[in-house]
Amino acid sequence: MCNASNAGLPSLWRGLALTADGLACQRGARVLFRDLTFAVRCSEALVVTGPNGAGKSSLLRIVAGLLAPQAGAIRIDGLPAEARPAESIHYLGHDDAVKPALTVRENLGFWRTLLGASGLAVDDALEEVGLPGLGRLPAGVLSAGQKRRLAIARLLVTRRPVWVLDEPTTALDVTAQARFAALGRAHLADGGLILAATHTPLDFGTGARALTLGGPVAARAPGKADDDGAFDDASGGAP
Amino acid sequence: MMAAFLALTRRDLALALRAGGGAGLGVVFFLSVVAVVPFAVGPDLVLLARIGPAILWIGAMLASLIGLERLFASDVEDGSLDALTGSVLPLELVAAAKGLAHWLATGLPLVIAAPFLALMLNLDLAAIGALVATLAVGTPAVTALGLIGAAFAGAFRRGGLLIAVLVLPLAIPVLIFAVSATSAAVTGPVPFGTPFQVLVGLALFALVLGPVAAAAALRAARG
Repeated sequence: MCNASNAGLPSLWRGLALTADGLACQRGARVLFRDLTFAVRCSEALVVTGPNGAGKSSLLRIVAGLLAPQAGAIRIDGLPAEARPAESIHYLGHDDAVKPALTVRENLGFWRTLLGASGLAVDDALEEVGLPGLGRLPAGVLSAGQKRRLAIARLLVTRRPVWVLDEPTTALDVTAQARFAALGRAHLADGGLILAATHTPLDFGTGARALTLGGPVAARAPGKADDDGAFDDASGGAP
Repeated sequence: MMAAFLALTRRDLALALRAGGGAGLGVVFFLSVVAVVPFAVGPDLVLLARIGPAILWIGAMLASLIGLERLFASDVEDGSLDALTGSVLPLELVAAAKGLAHWLATGLPLVIAAPFLALMLNLDLAAIGALVATLAVGTPAVTALGLIGAAFAGAFRRGGLLIAVLVLPLAIPVLIFAVSATSAAVTGPVPFGTPFQVLVGLALFALVLGPVAAAAALRAARG
């Protein structure tokens, strides 16, 4: 496992694990899921799939600390004692958090200062996501896919162990999707972990597992806990 | 944390100044109010000098509210607020930084423009000095209280109406003591210092209450 074999890991991220214990989420009268329990360790990706409205985004927002669960808790182990959980998570939501009036470089530089300048320099990150030479353009002239790339660059300018990604490849072309998957694999190789919701298949390599959220739980017979979050281990290693 | 606070203030200031509205819009609104009043009241210089501080303060207070409804709404809509949650800044300081930027873009130009507009209302030098002092202390308080309305408008996606309804009642004490301090400087009998000190106290209270309440509103609405 990741603690043993990778001597090159940043020592901060060793033994990193994200555990969700008995999560329940209710929106209005609808129970989206309950008794959802899973664990993601370092160098692992958990890909959440399911039909629209199954609660994928809500789950990710709960993990990122943006939404309080009705029951259960999220735990991140293996962080340095002084770190707040929110400061070890990158949350990439549906929206790009890009200001059209600022230039591409200003947008990314702002997030680099706000989130911590622990990763790539702004121009290197733009290069990495395939936006080289566009730094001086106002972000408003970018296409939807280019704005998405700019949002993804945010993951690179600040190094954080946990990536929570909600439909990260929306609007990306096929090349950019492959490029993004490669960035994800590099993050996993560094000992990070990924929790992603997606409808497009993303190749995160051997550390990827899938979690399928079903339809509304309320519509089913109240059953055992495992009915609600069905695991499908792609690479072995039960949670 | 200081670097993050300043970066957020700088970004919001750049957005306010580049988006075309910002500083200019508030000052133009202020100018319109003050320019129209002498026509409505008539050419009675004594009367103008007496109600001048009140007119200027009403204009400045309403101009301070311009742009507040988009202050948090734009960050909520484009996902910036979610990403800001992962920064070292607590939401209270996020609100404070945005409030500071809004005041620099909207409130400060009003303070600078006020002496010139005061001349149009026949205010004498002592009154102008008092007016500028009260505006310099009072407009940050109005902006800080405005953060509460701005947070609700952003969180619940309802625009300007909420701001006026929520903020104006809270800002009334600021208005009362600011205008009475200015009047005191001109006519007495109370010395300028007495109402002005109350105004400073109200401003300090608002500067703490505004960001904390705005952050609480944003958190409460997040569900």
